[in-house]
Amino acid sequence: MTETRQPIIGQSLTRLEDPPLVRGKGRFVADVSFPHQLHMRVVRSPLAHGRLLGIRIKAALALKGVHAIWTAQDIADIGPIDFREGKIEKLEPYRQPVLAQDYVRYVGEPVAVVFAEDAYVAEDAADLVELDIEELPVIVEADAPPGVFAPGLSTEAAIVTQGFGDVEGAFASAHAIISLDLQMGRHSGVPLETRGAIGLYDSARDVLELHGAAKVPHKNRESLARMLGRTTTTLHLFEYHVGGGFGIRGEIYPEDILVLVAALRLERPVKWIEDRREHLMCANQSRQQRHLISAAVDAQGRLLAIRNEFYHDQGAYPRTHALRIAETTCGILPGPYHLGAYSATGYYRLTNKTPCATYRAPGRYETNFVRERLLDAIAERLGMSRVDVRRINLIKKEEMPYARPLSVLEDDVSYDSGDYEGLLDQSLKAMDWDALQESLKARRAKGEIVGAGFALFIEKSGLGPTDGAHVNVDTDGVVEVLTGGASVGQGFETVVGQVCADILGADYRKVRVVHGRTERIEFGIGAHASRATVMTANAVAVAAAKVRAKALDMAAELMQAQPGDLDIANGLVFRRDAPHGPSMKLGAVASALRPMAKTRGAREPGLSADGWFESEHQVYPYGNQFAVVKIDPATGAIAIERYLIAYDIGKAINPMLVRGQILGGFAQGLGGAIYEEFLYDERGEPLSVSFADYLMPTLSETPDVEVLLTEDAPSPRNPLGIKGAGESGIAPVGAAIASAVEDALQCTGLVRQLPLTPQRVKAMLKELQSRRGLPA
Amino acid sequence: MSKTPLHFTLNGRAFDLEVEPRRTLIDVIRDDCGFTGTHAGCEHGVCGACTIIVNGETVRSCLMFGFQAEGATIRTVESLSQGGPLHPLQEAFVEHHALQCGFCTPGFLMLAVGLLEENPDMDEAAMRDALSSNLCRCTGYENILKAVKDGAQRMKASHD
Repeated sequence: MTETRQPIIGQSLTRLEDPPLVRGKGRFVADVSFPHQLHMRVVRSPLAHGRLLGIRIKAALALKGVHAIWTAQDIADIGPIDFREGKIEKLEPYRQPVLAQDYVRYVGEPVAVVFAEDAYVAEDAADLVELDIEELPVIVEADAPPGVFAPGLSTEAAIVTQGFGDVEGAFASAHAIISLDLQMGRHSGVPLETRGAIGLYDSARDVLELHGAAKVPHKNRESLARMLGRTTTTLHLFEYHVGGGFGIRGEIYPEDILVLVAALRLERPVKWIEDRREHLMCANQSRQQRHLISAAVDAQGRLLAIRNEFYHDQGAYPRTHALRIAETTCGILPGPYHLGAYSATGYYRLTNKTPCATYRAPGRYETNFVRERLLDAIAERLGMSRVDVRRINLIKKEEMPYARPLSVLEDDVSYDSGDYEGLLDQSLKAMDWDALQESLKARRAKGEIVGAGFALFIEKSGLGPTDGAHVNVDTDGVVEVLTGGASVGQGFETVVGQVCADILGADYRKVRVVHGRTERIEFGIGAHASRATVMTANAVAVAAAKVRAKALDMAAELMQAQPGDLDIANGLVFRRDAPHGPSMKLGAVASALRPMAKTRGAREPGLSADGWFESEHQVYPYGNQFAVVKIDPATGAIAIERYLIAYDIGKAINPMLVRGQILGGFAQGLGGAIYEEFLYDERGEPLSVSFADYLMPTLSETPDVEVLLTEDAPSPRNPLGIKGAGESGIAPVGAAIASAVEDALQCTGLVRQLPLTPQRVKAMLKELQSRRGLPA
Repeated sequence: MSKTPLHFTLNGRAFDLEVEPRRTLIDVIRDDCGFTGTHAGCEHGVCGACTIIVNGETVRSCLMFGFQAEGATIRTVESLSQGGPLHPLQEAFVEHHALQCGFCTPGFLMLAVGLLEENPDMDEAAMRDALSSNLCRCTGYENILKAVKDGAQRMKASHD
């Protein structure tokens, strides 16, 4: 056999994850059951705000098969839900109790909980629990005057600020000042698998287990241990297949704590599976912000200063991420442009709606929309083209790395590498932009409502600081990569497997990637903020290189060669100068390194190694998106005729998967731009609690997308040069579609709100007619 | 609640059960028969993750009661390869990266199998229309459509 070393990094290999998933052999949390388990059902508040006067459980408790019913007083020793990153003094009093105590503050808030022998019975019993609630006035808009959260506490829980430079001076001396009032609707990740959790207590070993973990199992273990007064050594989290994460799945919610406490106290496994209606009322929502934004520009359109004031609708309680979205909104808004001075002020306000937290591209989907609307408005005011106003402001390739006195996720902003203008030029060429303008103009002249728009953006990914991995080759040559990462369906096993196989020289199909199991590895960063590939894959690369060195060293002795004479490919060690000659399987090398093997000599037993990767700063991938839309004046529907996504990934481990991340993110972004919105009535009653009300794009609404994936600016901040991909597809979709819609309507400043539902589009058409003095 | 007898054939196996009349077919298939490949995504008939084939027709198993399947022949995703080589559509889903988290995949596979068994020559417009009845939150659909188009050809080739 001839051995040659072929690159595995950079190949569009099919995924390691797929075979069980297509066979229906995946294991999601609802597929897991334990003997003698109880089923949990949560009784939820039917009112958005009220004083809890009483709870009657007698009738429910009498139902056959009901084991126990708890209210807040039954778990009085359990504190409110903690913040992931630890104590935040100012927000402590606003944290959500696991079960409502004196007040309810949103429809769907857990008030009581039923444990029964059967899920159907648990649901019957929950319906029999009677709540006595005195309804109180609600706050449903974050820009309404703040009210009272609890005696002595305002619903304005925090004000976040960032900024630099002389903003007042810049505005005073500006050639022009452009101001916009923009609103971003409330939408969220809505994974197709609802949440689920199973608590299990092993009294023999005194170990408490949470099955159904996702996203950040290790960090959640620390939070849960803190809340439950346990050591992390006796608390373990187990991740199964996860049916979509998108940032909202895998945060700690009241139900996670309830199943754990119940498993401990009732001494039986406790299983909870959320239904869709609960999900749409209770799982984290996101995005809702109103921005009052102004730019001071010079006569050439240069951004002298931006003033960014915004109202952040947090819903009823802060959640585990605390202030992060509001802070990211401040730090990332300037995007790829130079900016002389900047001030951002975010009013972080609580409303009587479902609590909010991070959803894929948090703070970026919102700010890309706001900033790019502002750029279009500047172009309009100064009579410049939309391309030119961006060109004059873009940060240049030669200026990299480019630091700014702002922070995102408590990390100082420093763009690592990029050629923003170069990628813009590639997209303009791909779109044949000038010819496109002409053809759209001609179509508009014939009465069609068509237009093109675009948005530039910067992503952030790979927040460190540190992640580790362990690689082990067993005596059959199977490679196990032990990580503290998490898989939310993005292809984590494949990407990590490719990096390990490439560097070690293993057979990719023989790599098994472990993730989401706290009992196997002490630390882990999980899967959030597009960091898994950057951080975990780089740690795996370090470990795999050590294993390779050890394998070569051992094999050299056995093959009577120097390590430098040997290479490894497809799990075989062979001589570089004699690829047809004798070879040795990695499994055999591992055998030679067993503790009892004489061949081992003084070497440490096992063909295995740990690897750590440390990163000082995040990495910043970038891109742009272009849309061509057509509006139907009769229905207000927006049809997308063409869509281009250009993105520089630095270095793609698996281009097929990167493209998959982009396409999937785009579809979600499209939802937030046109279709998806969590609406509430004036009493705070949620109106979007089924898939008939909360409309997600189907195949019919999702156009084909052209993807221009480039590797022009590898990151200098990690040896593999990689940047994240997870949030690139979604981040600027609302911005690009809004720009195209305004172009179609030939009126800048008309789009003030997302999503652009048919009703809103029709309202804009009407406004346009009245502005132009035409009969409606 | 009292239970009533229920008999059907699921993935080639005869089942002889007793279930509550209010129990949905998806719960019977998952919990009473142990085939957990069929997923409940919304339980109100919109997302299609629970799509299965009952007596040759694609149905949403969350919208049927178990007892409505009395005497039926039922196929779920587990029937497609039965531990052997992948079904042509399963192969096409893997090769075209038509799945990410895989939660909606069994529903899409059974929807597509049902459609293509009924009309192997389905054109793209009809496919787009029919596949729009299921939701996917990860892939953006483009690769699902590609996989079904390719899978249709592979299914034909495997019949030749």
